[in-house]
Amino acid sequence: MALDDRKSDFTFIGTRPDRPDGLDKVTGRAKFGADAVAPGMLFGAIVRSPHAHARIVKIDTSKAEAMKGVKAVVTRADFATGLTGEFWNVQENVMAGDTALYDGHAVAAVAANSALDARDAAKLIEIEYEVLPHVTDVDKAMEADAPVIRDGTADGSVPEGMHPNVVRYHESGHGDVAAGFAAADLVIEDSFKTEATHQGYIEPHACLASLGADGKGELWCTTQGHWYAQKHCAALLGIETSQLRVTASEIGGGFGGKTTVFIEPVALALSRKANRPVKMVMSRSEVLRATGPTSSTSMDVKIGMTKDGTITAAEGVFRLQGGAFPGAPMEFTAMCAFAPYALENVRQVGYDVIANRPKQAAYRAPGSPMAAFAVESVIDLLCQQLDLDPVEVRLKNASKKGTKASYGPRFDDIGLVECLEAARDHPHYSAQLEQGQGRGISCGFWFNHGGETSVSLALSEDGTVQVSVGTPDIGGSRASMALMASETLGIPYENIRVTIADTATLGYNDVSHGSRVTYASGLATIKAAQAAIAEMCKRAAAKWGIPEDAVKWEDGCAVPSGPNAGDFEPLAMADITADMGATGGPISGHFEATPEGAGVSFGVHIVDAQVDPETGKTSIPRYTVIQDAGKAIHPAYVEGQFQGGAAQGIGWALNEEYVYGEDGRLQNAVFLDYRIPVASDLPMIDTVIVEVPNPGHPYGVRGVGETGIVPPLAAIANAVSRAAGVRMFELPMSPPRILAALKADG
Amino acid sequence: MTKIHVTTTVNGDETEFLCDPRETLLDVLRDRLNLTGAKEGCGTGDCGACSVTMEGRLVCSCLVLGAEAEGKDIATVEGIADGDTLHPLQRKFIEHAALQCGICTPGILVAAKSLLEKNPDPSETEVRYWLAGNLCRCTGYDKIIRAVMDAATEMREAS
Amino acid sequence: MVEVNLWSGLRSLTGGKQVVEVEASTVGEVLSGLVKAYPQLKGPIEAGVSVAVDGRIIASGLTEPVSPGSEVYLMQRLKGG
Repeated sequence: MALDDRKSDFTFIGTRPDRPDGLDKVTGRAKFGADAVAPGMLFGAIVRSPHAHARIVKIDTSKAEAMKGVKAVVTRADFATGLTGEFWNVQENVMAGDTALYDGHAVAAVAANSALDARDAAKLIEIEYEVLPHVTDVDKAMEADAPVIRDGTADGSVPEGMHPNVVRYHESGHGDVAAGFAAADLVIEDSFKTEATHQGYIEPHACLASLGADGKGELWCTTQGHWYAQKHCAALLGIETSQLRVTASEIGGGFGGKTTVFIEPVALALSRKANRPVKMVMSRSEVLRATGPTSSTSMDVKIGMTKDGTITAAEGVFRLQGGAFPGAPMEFTAMCAFAPYALENVRQVGYDVIANRPKQAAYRAPGSPMAAFAVESVIDLLCQQLDLDPVEVRLKNASKKGTKASYGPRFDDIGLVECLEAARDHPHYSAQLEQGQGRGISCGFWFNHGGETSVSLALSEDGTVQVSVGTPDIGGSRASMALMASETLGIPYENIRVTIADTATLGYNDVSHGSRVTYASGLATIKAAQAAIAEMCKRAAAKWGIPEDAVKWEDGCAVPSGPNAGDFEPLAMADITADMGATGGPISGHFEATPEGAGVSFGVHIVDAQVDPETGKTSIPRYTVIQDAGKAIHPAYVEGQFQGGAAQGIGWALNEEYVYGEDGRLQNAVFLDYRIPVASDLPMIDTVIVEVPNPGHPYGVRGVGETGIVPPLAAIANAVSRAAGVRMFELPMSPPRILAALKADG
Repeated sequence: MTKIHVTTTVNGDETEFLCDPRETLLDVLRDRLNLTGAKEGCGTGDCGACSVTMEGRLVCSCLVLGAEAEGKDIATVEGIADGDTLHPLQRKFIEHAALQCGICTPGILVAAKSLLEKNPDPSETEVRYWLAGNLCRCTGYDKIIRAVMDAATEMREAS
Repeated sequence: MVEVNLWSGLRSLTGGKQVVEVEASTVGEVLSGLVKAYPQLKGPIEAGVSVAVDGRIIASGLTEPVSPGSEVYLMQRLKGG
């Protein structure tokens, strides 16, 4: 059997069958985080700091505890002590210790018989604060007189003399940038800023927790990673990991924001104290104030170019504010910034800066979209001033196989040139623009990820298959898994049922992040199916009395193979599984590994923008996404990822931002004021799926989830700047900012 | 707090419940009547995930008090299919991959059904503006709009 | 010996060197070799690193092989959203 052969002609892969959870989701029966109940269930509510930075002097819970219907109140004293590293940071974020570090920071929590009672009881918890000076802006947080937020947080990477709010430092690159700039015909250097945005998933965080004094617990929650939730909740509660069984609900969007825990450890602590199950559901305002968001950034980018469009050197400084905790993804901002281009001289620097804002969480290609905004804006300026075609310039400098990446190693098979050629040849790129419109393009890069992965595949007696995976299905991944299993086994898609297993029934799985699910869980599903096929071939060989290696698997059947195999009728899967109990026992296949061949990902976006000079409002009449998918397993859901990334990018570019007042409080903590794109804001979003197979996956899959949000910020900024006739250096390009830029330009 | 006794009709079934005067229709549907198809995405009428119809009118159930349902006719996502026969909108949403995570889907289906009852032949712009009160963060709306337009075509041809 | 390319921010911990040599046949040995030669690298390596071997980024696997001719880059640990 030649099972490891790479496949390139497919029967099922590339088709667009109905998703297996479709019926549940169009009838309202799919169970999301807030849809679970348990006998004797209580409801929890959290008390949050109204201050951006304050010492917690005293917490008086007596009135709340005396209220009828209240069953438990918890504070930091009810959590484990002695944690270090990321466990400590997560715990500090989940429930404040000595100091409230941002507006919305959890300080105490209560569980009561009803949600209304819990809310009322929360108001009875009295907290005395000593308000401290605060800072929320990234540049101000680095200034010498900025208040020190958590002294001693900085690690050894930070150069001497920096403010204590600078907690990590990154620097990488190669060549001689000074010599490179000297060789340029034109050097442009500009500064850029982006505001924090929220992942904006429509489903707020929700969970149902049950934990006993015996240290055994159950947790149901909406999460991108239930093993992550298990590990972190166990650590924060001081219980053994395996004693907490976590089940992932259907998840109503995550985009990175559900890769960590917020209310889950609190619900478990309340449950342990009350000895009853506790349900907690965040309000939208809690989601906006205390979860997510992205980092805000301040960036300087300098690029040199010759008259023919060759980039001679590039340099970037990227300062990311990630809330009151270390971890802003500045190293990714730095490493992704110039990755689309083959550069002899490049240098990138990143600063991780803390401020009085919520702990940033991953958001779709964390850190990369902001870098692209700055870098691709400068390239557009160079193209404008040197009168060069933006796509041709990018093609001239594009990274390809063998290029030394800006972050160090050489690229393997990548599809950037193919994406740029598709952009150049797309009718959108040559379409006539109307009065007041501008066209922008941008490249985008993301690393993608493999991660720990376990999959189990069990055959039923009737020849159908159950696949258990451990990566929550955010955007239709069960359909992709079923397609890959069906392709490998040679049986119909409909004969396969894919389930997201809980932490007690499968080995460890990394979170659904890093565009890894279709790649890594897909690879594991294929390998698990191959293991089951090997066992089925063995059973057939025994039945026929021929050697195992004289049996091969073809179109869902065991068939004799080779000159001496003999002449036997093919044995279909159902023929083998029907009596598997008697021929050696149940047949399953499983696979556990950390696949390391995710392969990096590139995309190119083309966008037209129309700017109204009277109001400063931008509309987007046309948008095209081109991205390398390696191999599109279910093309409809690949298109959906492209379109969703573009739509989120449009929101980030034009509208969405965290607005903090002078008092350090978030001013726009509802969807009316934090306005994400609605249907009437957007055009149809055209897609082109480029397929340059990823050598690290048997069917060539490259993750597609994240890259789609990298180019939009820059592509739209380039389009808006060309339409308005004035360059935009700050996001979002909201009407007031555009009007101000037009006015400043005279 | 004293509870209020309410008699109402939900998806054609006469229903009674007791509710706190502060509870919303959404709370009542989800927590008292076990109809969790309507979702709470914001609680402030901005996201449309809780969309239902009351007396045939599209409303955000998070902005209606449970007590206001007295004597009214309520319809939710759970009532859209006819037994085991899906509504054309439901079929088209699956066929067009018009959902990714699916949390906004119930509200969008309720809203789209309400649109097609008023306007069987909407333009793309009309669909976009009608659904502007229903937030979807996953899809960029492209496939949702196509699914609604396709369902409208099929329903017109069938009638 | 395997040549390991560091990110330049680490030069302050290696006496200014950005390329260092270690005796290693796996990614794990690369990392332990680096810490042995330059104890100050312990912090950043324990904070999480990935290693690119001949262009393939190994996010976390310590058993992946490297050979004297391999192009090896130390990178900060990859994660995603």
